Amino acid sequence: MRAGWLRCFAGVVERECLRFLRQRSRFFASLVRPLVWLVIFATGFHSVLGLSRIPPYETYVLYEEYIVPGLVGLILLFNGMQAALSMVFDREMGSMKVLLVSPQPRWYLLTCRLLAGVIVAIPQVYAFLACAWLWGIRPPPLGYLYVLPAVIVAGLMLGAIGLLVSSVVQQLENFAGVMNFVIFPMFFASTALYPLWRLNDADQALAIAAWLNPFSHAVELVRFALYGQLDALSLAMTVVVAIVVMALAAWRYDSGRILRRQLWTAAS
Amino acid sequence: MKALAVRGVTHSYARTALDGVSLDADAGEFVVLLGLNGAGKTTLFSLIAGLLSLQQGAIQVLGNLLPQRREDALAATGFVFQQPALDLDLTVAQTLRYHAALHGLPRRQAKIRIEEELARFDLAGRTGDLVRTLSGGQRRRIEIARSLLHRPRLLLLDEPTVGLDVPNRRAILERTRSLCLEHDATVLWATHLLDEVKDGDRIVMIHKGRIVRDFACEASSRLAERFAEATTLEAAE
Repeated sequence: MRAGWLRCFAGVVERECLRFLRQRSRFFASLVRPLVWLVIFATGFHSVLGLSRIPPYETYVLYEEYIVPGLVGLILLFNGMQAALSMVFDREMGSMKVLLVSPQPRWYLLTCRLLAGVIVAIPQVYAFLACAWLWGIRPPPLGYLYVLPAVIVAGLMLGAIGLLVSSVVQQLENFAGVMNFVIFPMFFASTALYPLWRLNDADQALAIAAWLNPFSHAVELVRFALYGQLDALSLAMTVVVAIVVMALAAWRYDSGRILRRQLWTAAS
Repeated sequence: MKALAVRGVTHSYARTALDGVSLDADAGEFVVLLGLNGAGKTTLFSLIAGLLSLQQGAIQVLGNLLPQRREDALAATGFVFQQPALDLDLTVAQTLRYHAALHGLPRRQAKIRIEEELARFDLAGRTGDLVRTLSGGQRRRIEIARSLLHRPRLLLLDEPTVGLDVPNRRAILERTRSLCLEHDATVLWATHLLDEVKDGDRIVMIHKGRIVRDFACEASSRLAERFAEATTLEAAE
């Protein structure tokens, strides 16, 4: 790889980290959101939802324990959408052009942004896992190591979805729709909050939707990794979706569609 | 080899923004692209920058045909956009370091060039300041300094003085002109302000997406008259 490419990557990562450090509230928000689910929602449902022995768990598990990988997924999902929001913001503020006129291929520049977003997400995930540990959710110690590559792969897929969303959303004002049409359906129609067999008992169509939902596979990848196991199907699905979605996002950014409307407005 | 060669470029959004534009610029030339708002200047710059896809025609930057050799063309080109493109919450040094990294400059070399450019634009003492604390003129100078970090041979400035006071406008214009002499860089300066032209400048008038005049300015005092004449004639045609 050319040295210039590595410097470009380092520059993009440095900028994202500086931005993240400036926005301390973003870190706390990313931590509070899953903690509310863990401490309030999961505790409330603890007596209602008991979970029998299902892989990767070796015994009957409490609902709080089941929900933790889903909440890791929630952090990554919000982080991916935050990256999308930041791309739209950059486009509106003009700084997107600075990135796009640098002498690297567009797909590479977008990959740098994607990786930078995942790097920023990793401390958020581990901070949450530390809080969960204090709350009594204690996966095997090696699980904290094994979960890292799973978090990276899941983060790349969700970040790629965020990039694609950013290429479709025209203005910051439209971003509220992303909450309703992307984040909520992906989170609720997944295995983050309930296992697939329970969904299947309740509603088969919902179970199929959850199985098709790439977020479910990202969550299962994290869940198995946290207990030292590899779910090959989830890994394959997550990687394939990440590659396909990233290719679509790169194509949209490369085709000049993204800035076309903005430039037309400026030219008028 | 031409620094910039634009041949028969036509581009449409809902209506035609550029209509068969052809334009050449030689090394070290200072070219003023003069046109009213909406004349097509920003669209032309966006096509040269690769921000829009070419629909018709051809563009070469220092012999690099777009879009096939876009990366090589961009490596040799510096841009100052009409709309300010700065991250307000980064410091001056962080802003310039980011740009240097995007262009693959080694950190040590970037540090030297950042110091040089900040000194050139009288901003040497502001490296640690947040961009949001700078005045409009200082921000514009940061953007020009940024565009020079990778030593471009072609510099495109899209209305870089809009919204600035007269002393700031003059300072930016004079410093940019001196670049042509010092570095043999080609400058394409888009503006609608006639007082930014001086005798001897090459003027390319653009109106409603077409190049209507291309000449060396002999009497800038008569420029308003010539501009009105060119745009009126075009309208009549």
